[in-house]
Amino acid sequence: MPILIGILEQGAIYGIMALGIYISYKILNFPDLTVDGTFPLGAAISAALVTRGVNPWVCLLCAIIAGALAGSITGILHIKCKIKDLLSGILVMTGLYSINYRIVGMPNMFLMQKPTIFGGIRFPKALFPFRYIIVLFVIVLFVKILLDLYLRTKSGFLLKSVGDNEGLVVTLGKNPGTVKIIGLSIANALVSLSGALYCQRAMQFDISSGTGTMVMGLAAVIIGTTLFRKIRFMNVTTGVILGMIIYKACITAAISSGLRSSDTKLVVTVLFLLTMLLNSVMNKSEGGRKNA
Amino acid sequence: MLELNNIYKSFNVGTIDEKILFQNFNLNVKNGEFVAIVGSNGSGKTTALNIVSGDVKPDSGSVLLDGKNITKQKNYQRAAKIARVFQNPSMGTSPSMTIMENMSLADNKGKRYDLTKGLNTKRRDFYRSQLELLGMGLENRMETQTGALSGGQRQALALIMATMKTPTLLLLDEHTAALDPKSSDIVMTLTEKVVKEKNITTLMVTHNLRYAVEYGTRAIMMHEGGIVLDISGEKKKQQSINDYLKIFNEISIECGN
Ligand SMILES: Nc1ncnc2c1ncn2[C@@H]1O[C@H](COP(=O)(O)OP(=O)(O)O)[C@@H](O)[C@H]1O
Ligand SMILES: [Mg+2]
Repeated sequence: MPILIGILEQGAIYGIMALGIYISYKILNFPDLTVDGTFPLGAAISAALVTRGVNPWVCLLCAIIAGALAGSITGILHIKCKIKDLLSGILVMTGLYSINYRIVGMPNMFLMQKPTIFGGIRFPKALFPFRYIIVLFVIVLFVKILLDLYLRTKSGFLLKSVGDNEGLVVTLGKNPGTVKIIGLSIANALVSLSGALYCQRAMQFDISSGTGTMVMGLAAVIIGTTLFRKIRFMNVTTGVILGMIIYKACITAAISSGLRSSDTKLVVTVLFLLTMLLNSVMNKSEGGRKNA
Repeated sequence: MLELNNIYKSFNVGTIDEKILFQNFNLNVKNGEFVAIVGSNGSGKTTALNIVSGDVKPDSGSVLLDGKNITKQKNYQRAAKIARVFQNPSMGTSPSMTIMENMSLADNKGKRYDLTKGLNTKRRDFYRSQLELLGMGLENRMETQTGALSGGQRQALALIMATMKTPTLLLLDEHTAALDPKSSDIVMTLTEKVVKEKNITTLMVTHNLRYAVEYGTRAIMMHEGGIVLDISGEKKKQQSINDYLKIFNEISIECGN
């Protein structure tokens, strides 16, 4: 039971991150490595502000804004300075390492007894053990619905078409570069929010917590979009969040089967490769049916 | 209404691949003209359209639209008045979005893409009627992603989308070249109809001499960055495919091949 709840909690926290990767990688077609820096950025801001007594919800808001800013810098480097997409992300990610260090002032920190978003709400006794998962699920649901709604707006339509067909956006009289910058801002705002939630749940900040964010998010996106593609009534965004939960379950299973926690990154890589394999197998069987 | 004045354009200057394409290229198109452009491969037809749309910058010279100098405007700024359909059918629509979504997107051109609802459900019947005219059955597939449509269907849709908000100028670059003969004819008939009904000034590059004979009010033949034939009105009506072919052959002989 506690293991299951742990998986769900992680799935919810990192699911928000995966939604960000869904925007940059799937919708914009942009392999954005900034996220390895924006996840700890959100955590750093949360840690620094919470310990200074700022309202924990306001901390989340600040993390969102900072993430959006970082994403827009990657976008500007790519669009205005014509730096390759991958390199733009790596540059910002690298810079963020120092910035994150500055924000917190040390490589890791424990929040101790500081108030977090989980502490401010009164729960009935029966629900008290589930307080984390309840709050996290409400937040992830809220973010998901907001994102779904956004993707149905005119602005959201433009975002979807820019990754699909940049030329179309030009013929509509819009600057595709601007649309991409907006998309990267939203993506990194979500990743940063995810980092901020992680920090308040784990009550700690760790400068290296962002390593592998991109790979993890991508795996969840691929699991989510391939596994649940067949289910008509289910939104892609729901699939992505479920993808992250499945992913976390796999990791937990791997660790509890005797691997050390330092092996996680290797498990992450292997799991990612397995996901890619699954993806190509599913695609092949589908393509075969289409051709038949 | 459209003027290309003293256009110079070279590619890869200073390398062994240097290509001097336009040297003092001039073109003047009057309001309401439907210009069919033919010419050998590499004669500069696509580049000429790209210079008009702003996708290629000329080395020197100016582009005027409705008397306004637009040489310095970016491609997406010019798109406010200029619409375009490409040779590649996948370039005119957003493949992961449905027909309905694509049409709503095109219908909003010139307005803000803000946080209001993307689907224009009020105009669904209008979109449907536009699709019915094609006779391709697309009116019953409005929730289908355009990536799943055939090349001809996508190109017909692209044309409807490009002209949904009547443009000042329409650029068509071999927009039927990737299609089978039947779809090609359907799209060409649709083109003629839309251009006439909405009275859109049009530049149409075509690989198909028959189209150049049958359609358009003016025909231009290009060769090595220059205009070797420019006829309109009665003179164009009398020009047959053979007349075009004769000039083509003469040009080729001049080149020594
Ligand atoms: N981006 C480019 N770089 C180098 N050469 C180019 C480029 N675009 C066009 N050219 C050259 O200019 C000439 C005209 O090309 P294009 O306008 O595409 O011809 P057309 O459309 O009439 O076949 C060709 O010789 C082509 O190789
Ligand atoms: Mg061409």
